[in-house]
Amino acid sequence: MKNILQDLNKAFENKVRLGIMSALVVNDSLNFNNLKELLGVTDGNLASHMKSLEKSEYVHVKKEFLNRKPNTQYSATTAGKEAFIKHIKAIEQLLKH
Amino acid sequence: MEKQKYLDDLQDIKTIMERSSRFISLSGMSGVIAGVLALLGAYSAYQAVYENQNYLSYRRASITSESLITLLAIASGVLILSLLAGILLTRNKARKTNQKLWDSQSQRLLINLFIPLAVGGILCLILLSKGFIGLIAPLTLVFYGLALINASKYTLSEIRSLGIIEVALGLIGCQFVGYGLILWALGFGILHIIYGIVMHVKYDS
Repeated sequence: MKNILQDLNKAFENKVRLGIMSALVVNDSLNFNNLKELLGVTDGNLASHMKSLEKSEYVHVKKEFLNRKPNTQYSATTAGKEAFIKHIKAIEQLLKH
Repeated sequence: MEKQKYLDDLQDIKTIMERSSRFISLSGMSGVIAGVLALLGAYSAYQAVYENQNYLSYRRASITSESLITLLAIASGVLILSLLAGILLTRNKARKTNQKLWDSQSQRLLINLFIPLAVGGILCLILLSKGFIGLIAPLTLVFYGLALINASKYTLSEIRSLGIIEVALGLIGCQFVGYGLILWALGFGILHIIYGIVMHVKYDS
C-alpha cells in the first residue's frame, strides 16, 4: 500500500495538470489554444500549470512563429510520459484494493 | 471518498484523450442519407447501362460514351450530395457536443481519409481512360475501405470495421466483375445505412 502511494505523482494531483498530460501523451504536440479549448480553462490558469510541468521537465515547449504570430507548441517529454503512465498505474492499483 | 476522486480522474483522462485525439462528432444520420443516395445512384446507373434490354436473355453491359457521361454525372451527384449532407449534419452535431467542425482533429481525420481516396480516384480515372471499366466500381470500394481504415484512428472506432468490410466487398467485386454494381450498392448503400443507424442509436442521442 505504501509503495502505491509513493508512485502517485503530486504533479498530477491537479485536474488541469492531469488534463494537460492526458492530451499530450496521445498527441505529438498541441498548441496553447488547442489545450485551452480542450480543457476549458483561462489563459492564466493554463499558463501557470504549464510552467510547473515545464519545471518538472515533463513538458517540452517549442516557441515558433506562425504567420508572424507567436505559436507555442507543447509536447510531453519521455520523462513526462513515463511519470504519467506510472501515475495511472498507481491509481489503478489503488482502486483494486 | 478518496476512491471516487481517483475514479473521476481516470474518467477525465479517458475523456480528454478521446476528445483530443479523435473527431467524435461524426453524424450517424449522414451515413444513412449517403446510403440512400448511393442506392438511388446505383439504380439509375443500372438503368443507364442496361437500358432497353431483354430481361430473359443474357444481358450485356453496354457503355457508350453517352452513357459514360451519364454515369459520371450520377457518380459526382451522389458524391456531392452525400458530402453536403455529411457536412451539414456533422456541423449540427458538433454544435451540440461543443466541438468545432474545423479543428485539428477533423483536419487530421480528413487528411488521412483523403490520401488513399485520392490515390484511388486518380487510379480509377486512369483505368477509365484506358477502358477498364469493369474494375472501377470494385476499386472504388477497395480504396474507400482503405481510406476508412486509415482514418478510423482519428474518429469513432466503428469506422474501422466498416472499412474492412468495404475492402472485402471490393476484392470480391474485382474477382466477379459482373457483380460490380450490386456489390457497389451493397457497400456504399446498404452498409452506410446499417452503420449510420447503429451509430445514430449509439452516439446521436
